[in-house]
Amino acid sequence: MHTQTMLDNKQDEVLLRKKELQMKAAKIKIRNLSLQIAVAVIIFGSWELLASNRYIDPFFFSSPGAIINQIKEWIFEGTSQGPLYIHFIVTFEETILSFIIGVVLGVLAGYMLGSNDILAVIFGPYIQMLNALPRVVLAPIFIIWFGLGMPSKIALGVTLTFFIVFFNAFQGVREVDRNLLNNARLLGANKKQLAKHVIIPSALTWILSSLHASFGFALVGVVVGEFIGSTKGLGFLIAQAQGAFNTTGVFAGMVILSITSLLATWGVGKLEKRFVAWRFVRQ
Amino acid sequence: MIELIGASKEFIKPSGEIHTVLNNINLIVGKGEFCSIVGPTGCGKSTTLNLIAGFEQPSKGKVQIQGTQLQGINKHAACVFQTENAFPWKTVIDNVSLGLRLDGVKKEEAYSEARKWIEKVGLKGFEGHYPHQLSGGMRKRVALAQCLITQPEILLMDESFSALDVHTRALMENELLSIWEETSASVIFITHDLEEAIALSDRVIVLTAGPAATIKGDYKIDLERPRNVSEIRFDPQFMKLHEQIWNDLRDEVFISYAHANNA
Repeated sequence: MHTQTMLDNKQDEVLLRKKELQMKAAKIKIRNLSLQIAVAVIIFGSWELLASNRYIDPFFFSSPGAIINQIKEWIFEGTSQGPLYIHFIVTFEETILSFIIGVVLGVLAGYMLGSNDILAVIFGPYIQMLNALPRVVLAPIFIIWFGLGMPSKIALGVTLTFFIVFFNAFQGVREVDRNLLNNARLLGANKKQLAKHVIIPSALTWILSSLHASFGFALVGVVVGEFIGSTKGLGFLIAQAQGAFNTTGVFAGMVILSITSLLATWGVGKLEKRFVAWRFVRQ
Repeated sequence: MIELIGASKEFIKPSGEIHTVLNNINLIVGKGEFCSIVGPTGCGKSTTLNLIAGFEQPSKGKVQIQGTQLQGINKHAACVFQTENAFPWKTVIDNVSLGLRLDGVKKEEAYSEARKWIEKVGLKGFEGHYPHQLSGGMRKRVALAQCLITQPEILLMDESFSALDVHTRALMENELLSIWEETSASVIFITHDLEEAIALSDRVIVLTAGPAATIKGDYKIDLERPRNVSEIRFDPQFMKLHEQIWNDLRDEVFISYAHANNA
């Protein structure tokens, strides 16, 4: 009986300590979050104040309130170039397509060159050369080849994504642990089984870690393509706003783009967790 | 039966010179024999093992397994490496059953066989874990199960336990012996630790210091089995053997040390 109460006391104490620790963790969380919000309030608040009191010229610098109103207007009343969702869908579709095509080509090429020394020696310098080229200069050529529609934007996005994924896939295939390869061979793996059980899973972590960056680059390629020549898309919208000296429109386009990109990064992160479970299931 | 007949291994250095790692190795390891190879650092112990595993081909001479010349990978062997055997993206049971699965055994069958081996190496309950969730000693157990499930005629061990702490190591050595005694596999055990070599083996081969290492001594270890690795070290016969082999090995260690300092 006596020992039982002592045990209970002990358990109470443990619970109390746990609660205290949880409180501490929550406090730190709240502190960090409120600091983060404070930064946003200070930056956007001072921007708003400076603009509304005309310390800075709203014509050139716009203001957070005006940008929000512009986005609202675009959403509810449509843009001067038709409804907003059409532009959004076009840009999103182009980005997704160039991302997928770029990743598939990059993985295939990376795997081929990574697992074949002769190919790597022959094509290595050419790939380096192409990669050194600032891809933006390809936009005019793609517009001449593929016209003002989607294909030229997708082509530009692909040239950006391809190289990132390619280099990662190549490295991933190259960096496979020699011992693991030898081990699988001793256990009886043929070439196909080696690829399936060792090389691809090992390269997958490299490839997946490149997906974050490459999605961003797909978006960059597409938007730049839209700037240079197009009839639809968010980049086109920003270019139009710029042409009309509508600073607020340019900022509004930027905000929509960054929201899109954030959503995509989040999606890729989810995908990553699904595919490299062995890295994330830590207990 | 493993036969190395006049086996030499040479590399061409980037400078164009020829570097001889092994020179004229003649070694016959019988069926079910536990044979350790010791020698100073860089003497070509691992290269010897690579030749037997078929990872590398000898530049001169040949390697024969069961009387036929080895070409390509050695289908009769499995190897416990110094680093990792377990594939980090596979769970314990997938790692252990891999050898059978590669052979085309059905999944359920391979799994039930794997469960037996997992239990045998004392990892019951960890089937669904990934290697990074296990300790170093447990990962070595996975490696052992992974190798032995295919019932290899030759078990190669390349400083397999050198990364473990002293206690885990003694434990693993004892378990290796008890599992090995149930099989009829020949073992080639590479180590730089002479005590470990004597405690485990039927036979200890001493290599000379590299380059161009060759066999310096071949000692029969006729200590009684079953052995307890951590206690056999106090056996007078063990100490006698240790002294005898160490006299041989010491000179080579000094030569290798001098080489390292001159380089």
